Amino acid sequence: MNNLVILPIVIPLLAGVALIFFRKQIRVQRYVTTLSLLLLAVVTMVLIQQVSDAGTQTLNLGGWDPPFGIVLVADMFALLLMLATVIVAFCCVLYGFRTIGEAREKHYLYPFIHFLLVGVMGSFLTGDLFNLFVFFEVMLLASYILVSLGGTKDQLRESLKYVLINIVSSMFFLVAIGYLYAITGTLNFADLSMRIAETGQDGLITTVAIFLLLVFAIKAALLMYFWLPGAYVVPPMAISAMFAALLTKVGIYAIFRTFTLIFYHEPAVTHQLIAWLGILTMIFGAIGAVAYWDVRKILAYNVVIAVGFIFAGLAVFTEVALAGSIYYLMHDMVVKALLFLLGGVMIGLTGTDQLRKMSGMIRNHAALGWMFFLAALALAGIPPLSGFIGKLLILQGAIGEGFYILAAVGLVTSLMVLYSVMKIFMNGFWGENQLSVEDERMSTRGLLFPCAILATITVGLGLGVEWVNVYALQAAEVLNNPQLYIEAVLPNAD
Amino acid sequence: MKTNDVILQTIASVAAFIILAFAAYLFFAGHHEPGGGFIGGLVIASALVLLYIAFDMETVEKGIPVDYKILTGIGIGLSLLTGVGAMVLGYPFLSHTYEYVDFPFFGEIELATSLLFEAGVSLAVVGAILTIILSISEDV
Repeated sequence: MNNLVILPIVIPLLAGVALIFFRKQIRVQRYVTTLSLLLLAVVTMVLIQQVSDAGTQTLNLGGWDPPFGIVLVADMFALLLMLATVIVAFCCVLYGFRTIGEAREKHYLYPFIHFLLVGVMGSFLTGDLFNLFVFFEVMLLASYILVSLGGTKDQLRESLKYVLINIVSSMFFLVAIGYLYAITGTLNFADLSMRIAETGQDGLITTVAIFLLLVFAIKAALLMYFWLPGAYVVPPMAISAMFAALLTKVGIYAIFRTFTLIFYHEPAVTHQLIAWLGILTMIFGAIGAVAYWDVRKILAYNVVIAVGFIFAGLAVFTEVALAGSIYYLMHDMVVKALLFLLGGVMIGLTGTDQLRKMSGMIRNHAALGWMFFLAALALAGIPPLSGFIGKLLILQGAIGEGFYILAAVGLVTSLMVLYSVMKIFMNGFWGENQLSVEDERMSTRGLLFPCAILATITVGLGLGVEWVNVYALQAAEVLNNPQLYIEAVLPNAD
Repeated sequence: MKTNDVILQTIASVAAFIILAFAAYLFFAGHHEPGGGFIGGLVIASALVLLYIAFDMETVEKGIPVDYKILTGIGIGLSLLTGVGAMVLGYPFLSHTYEYVDFPFFGEIELATSLLFEAGVSLAVVGAILTIILSISEDV
């Protein structure tokens, strides 16, 4: 028992509930939000240290032993993603203080950001399929509101699509849980894993696994990404950045968790399917990213490409490739948030998101320009920066295990990613300066600081590979060896 | 033209009390029989909605001056704090306990902390339902 494990859920929930009472006091809202996020970061780091020293930490809620009660499991994989979540959320909120505007802030913006975090943290921590569903819903309900908050015409149109698609996929999720419960009689991850290992993964269970894959793929934008570009383009940029960094990653986490812990017995069927889904996602995402001349759309399609690439590591399914995926996942959360925030500054300055209408911004905004350049290189995977090592490990694994098409598509789409973000950089920052400081629609005061934090982390993740790798390998070890997870959750089972 | 709903109003003001009593019964029965915080909260909300239908909004708001958004917050906070309370005392989060207490008139009654949790659920349900109904009925 370790009550620290619940704190990443309790802190944002308490802060969110408390902020309902201070609707009009925006300063209080901002202070409490900053404070709770800092506290969350500290708790997550303490947990990472504990897990690193003493192995996976669990908490049986209410004192009921699993599989009968609800169990929360903090393993290294979940915690690394949680730390990235907190950092990204903190920077997006700092950015949001200056850009989102009072009207939205007074309508419960910060409570809903907190509830979104409750959902994300809960999804990472839970050790039980039905609780995963509940936390997914907590996250999705908060995200429905954050997409539509403000009530512009575009937001209403896109949020309708987003809500419809997610309700349908949540219903599928529930049906899949029903089937799985009927077959195995349990919903606890560790117990499920043990029972399926005993009875073997027959055709029926594989069918349910693919059904679950479909559900999570809709949430993670794995091939089923049609809702994503629209929904990520309409909210204010700070919210978009948070979505781009967090929402799809929870779906990705769910697929990683279920397909490494529970349904790992038929890789010829399920992991092969994941590989093809990943390949198609990368190709379609890359086509989208190259095709558009609209900053937000290009960035949104880059989210899709990264999803495909992360699944390459799962499809390969060796410990090194999984570590690569984990590393790439963390990198992608940070760098996507950074790119969205920088893109937001560019759109804010010029008042347009069309690339053809902006140019020469480097003259007045050198820091912004070079930070964007850095983020673009990190995204494409240029060696000293953070995207490199994850890509390297995944591609090494893919080539070593004979996934040549996957590796080739991964490499080619990396080029297309680089082309698409460099297109933004070259069109936006080079060339004739069209915009004098007086013509700009807003000032960058206070906006570059959160971007600088993220940029520093991107560089740090790249340069400090040796140091981060220890943790990434610990995470991959648990993913690759389900027995470790089962022993942590059910210490008395043999 | 103003319609005369004296029959509706008379019945509603009596029925509201019967419904609230039933809600209290459902709420307290939850541990051993069908019922509990969620259904109790829904029934309370239905009594209030009946009042809103029978009378106009200003009259009811004068009689029951509650901000339902705040009520939702109080409800969630109460449920959450029962969990945090266990944590502060060193038990796992959400651990509940119970005690048999002798009351002078009612005799021995089992008091459980899950009652507080359910009370929070009830308040949250009442607050959420009435926030929805009142905000879609308001002209903005």
